[in-house]
Amino acid sequence: MTQSATVVVRTAIVLLAVGLVAVGAAADWPQFRGSNSNSVTRDAQPPVDWSDPQGRNIAWKASLPGRGPSSPIVVGSRVVVTCSSGINQDRLHVLCFDAESGKPLWERQFWATGRTLSHPTSANAAPTPASDGKLIFAFYSSNDLACLDLDGNLKWFRGLAQDFPQAGNDVGMSSSPVVIGDVVVAQVECQGDSFAAGIDKNTGQSRWRVARPRESSWSSPVVMRGAESGDDAVLLQSPLQISAYRADDGKELWTYKAACDGISSAAAVDGIVYVPSKGMTAIKPAGSSEPQIVWNAQNLQPGAASVVVEGGRILLINQAGVLTCANAADGEILWRTRLDGEFWGTPALAGNRLYCLSQKGTAQVVEISADGKRGEIVGTGQLDGVILCSPAIVSGALYVRSDGHLWKIAAP
Amino acid sequence: MRFHTVARLCLTVCLVPPGMAAAGSPGLAPLVQTLRNVQPEGKGHLAATSAWAELTEQAGVDDLPTILAGMDGASPLAANWLRAAVDTIAERHLHVNGTLPTQGLEEFLGQKKHNPRARRLAFEWIARVDPAAPLRLIPGMLDDPSLELRRDAVARLLTAAEKSLAEKNEREALATYRKALVSARDLDQVKIITEALQKLGQPVDLAHHYGFVQDWMLIGPFDNHGGKGFDKIYPPEEAVDFAAACSTPGGTLRWTRHHTDDDYGAVDLNKAVGKHMGAAGYAAAEFQSVARRPIELRLGSENAVKIWLNGKLLASTEAYHSNSAMDQYIGRGQLEPGRNVILVKVCQNEMTVDWAQNWTFQLRASDSIGKAVLSTDRPPPKSGADQTAAKANKE
Repeated sequence: MTQSATVVVRTAIVLLAVGLVAVGAAADWPQFRGSNSNSVTRDAQPPVDWSDPQGRNIAWKASLPGRGPSSPIVVGSRVVVTCSSGINQDRLHVLCFDAESGKPLWERQFWATGRTLSHPTSANAAPTPASDGKLIFAFYSSNDLACLDLDGNLKWFRGLAQDFPQAGNDVGMSSSPVVIGDVVVAQVECQGDSFAAGIDKNTGQSRWRVARPRESSWSSPVVMRGAESGDDAVLLQSPLQISAYRADDGKELWTYKAACDGISSAAAVDGIVYVPSKGMTAIKPAGSSEPQIVWNAQNLQPGAASVVVEGGRILLINQAGVLTCANAADGEILWRTRLDGEFWGTPALAGNRLYCLSQKGTAQVVEISADGKRGEIVGTGQLDGVILCSPAIVSGALYVRSDGHLWKIAAP
Repeated sequence: MRFHTVARLCLTVCLVPPGMAAAGSPGLAPLVQTLRNVQPEGKGHLAATSAWAELTEQAGVDDLPTILAGMDGASPLAANWLRAAVDTIAERHLHVNGTLPTQGLEEFLGQKKHNPRARRLAFEWIARVDPAAPLRLIPGMLDDPSLELRRDAVARLLTAAEKSLAEKNEREALATYRKALVSARDLDQVKIITEALQKLGQPVDLAHHYGFVQDWMLIGPFDNHGGKGFDKIYPPEEAVDFAAACSTPGGTLRWTRHHTDDDYGAVDLNKAVGKHMGAAGYAAAEFQSVARRPIELRLGSENAVKIWLNGKLLASTEAYHSNSAMDQYIGRGQLEPGRNVILVKVCQNEMTVDWAQNWTFQLRASDSIGKAVLSTDRPPPKSGADQTAAKANKE
């Protein structure tokens, strides 16, 4: 190797290391689909097989007092999960566990102030909570939003349906909030009062609110990272459009009008937005004008699970349980493999392994070859219970919840 | 062991603020009031956030009844701020001391004037440290204003009735199920009870038990293409006149009488009015009351609906085919002595998918905790099995 080549390699290694630090910052999984709304972590390698009945690679298992398709989040040494309970699903729980031992640290409860009806498979605790590393923002289908610190102290409580009584959907709402800078973004899209709100994370007061289409939607806000942290934007997807807003003041940056999926959410990676629209459509924002279409692939059809984009590849699971890997540059399918089961939760990518958890609690771990041209199931896991959440992956551990339990899956 | 006790004592002394032991600490009232002052849109948050921190720092377990009492008449938002304070204080004390003093909480629980949810919260903290408490307290809560406490009491009766059945004591089981039916409010429990009574040869007139309106006057269809009929004021909204005819582009419409025998009062407008898409229909019912009293009109429908009582709009929801359930929408109003008129508008949209073809509704009248309120001219229940419940409902 020549000296210049050595420098290039060293530089690449340094850049790669910087990238690793940037993505995995505090090794947290602070919100739905992780820090970048993309379900990707590079520095964790959980086990590829486990068994709840046999206790294999189950570090701990904790009982939960209520139901919820919401996903666990991990903030430092704490795992936070939400539940809802009661005959009318009007009791809202926030629970915090020690990540190492599974010991319950604290629990807070609230009473729902908005609508609590949902489809029997869902629950009031459908949205995944979010955190900025210091505060936790627990959101519910009833449009209640509680802010607690990491020790369970209440900072504020909002009932967005108290502000907008027609906000709600009796099938259940499920949009998970995101935190960008000092703002928590909640997306409340339904046939009644439909809006998105940017709420000051420190005071709980609304900084901005924008009207949204009056149609039912279950997709979640997506963080679109900018060149600087102050440039981060939030993407809001509706059945007929996806729009970008500045997080600090809610100013609309652009809108792409097209039929979009009502459940699975987009991903924004390296300036390209991958939208579940007419199959999948990759768009490139260009200032305030409508984004340019980079490619469209109608044969890429995500089901309820959202897409994962990493390393120049896009991964998605369709309604039939077929996992597809496509080239993120042009949408060309690289490989497909049929998985066992139906999938509501979004799979999570740890390094080159994709963790896919079916509704029946069966996990399939798919290893992607170094050249990205093959995917092979290298392990399976089984959990007792219906799994609707998306797993969180931190430091070699996978965190998963059902209606009754929260698991940490890690090698002993 | 001794070291452990000493260490716990030291921890308690170090962690418990000086004000904790004082019952109803005088400085707490303004803090509780500040939490009660929170409003929608985040109004009052800045003061409330400070007050919450100060309250949880200053107050001890002896102050829990005071904070719980702060929920009396509080808004749903304020109740949540107060609840979080109660849980934080109780959890901290339990963590440090391994138990909670329950006397004050039990006295609070026994006072039915307090907020039902606050009383339930007190009960749950008592039960957490005193496993015998439910057995001691719950049986006496069959008629409790707290629906959760009442539910637990009914559940105990159901267990007792099942035991009687297992012991072949049908007479005892029947009496227990009947007693449970009077108190039960939750649909799942009522279903269990009525199915058991049916098997015991004592069917229940569910529509009567719940207070579903079964006799309606109907008129429709009015135009609702594009959803434009939802806010359009058609003649029935101006005056409910069963003798009047309404001219529409589709022809002249007249009120027709309709009776539903459905256990849950379901009215299928596709059958009663005809299959129409992009249509609005009205249903009206007369309701007799002996006195002026508050009333809840509880409606379930997967269509867009409005509810009026004596011409006053009580509830309005413009959502189509997003689930339906008993008591889905609640309109709160006042019954006047004599004749009252309930009017419901039910709008169907134009979706063509199979799951969007229903054009139905159900409506019942109840008090604030779901007990049926019956029109005084309503015929007695179909069967004699629920006379006890019917009698209780008439009281």
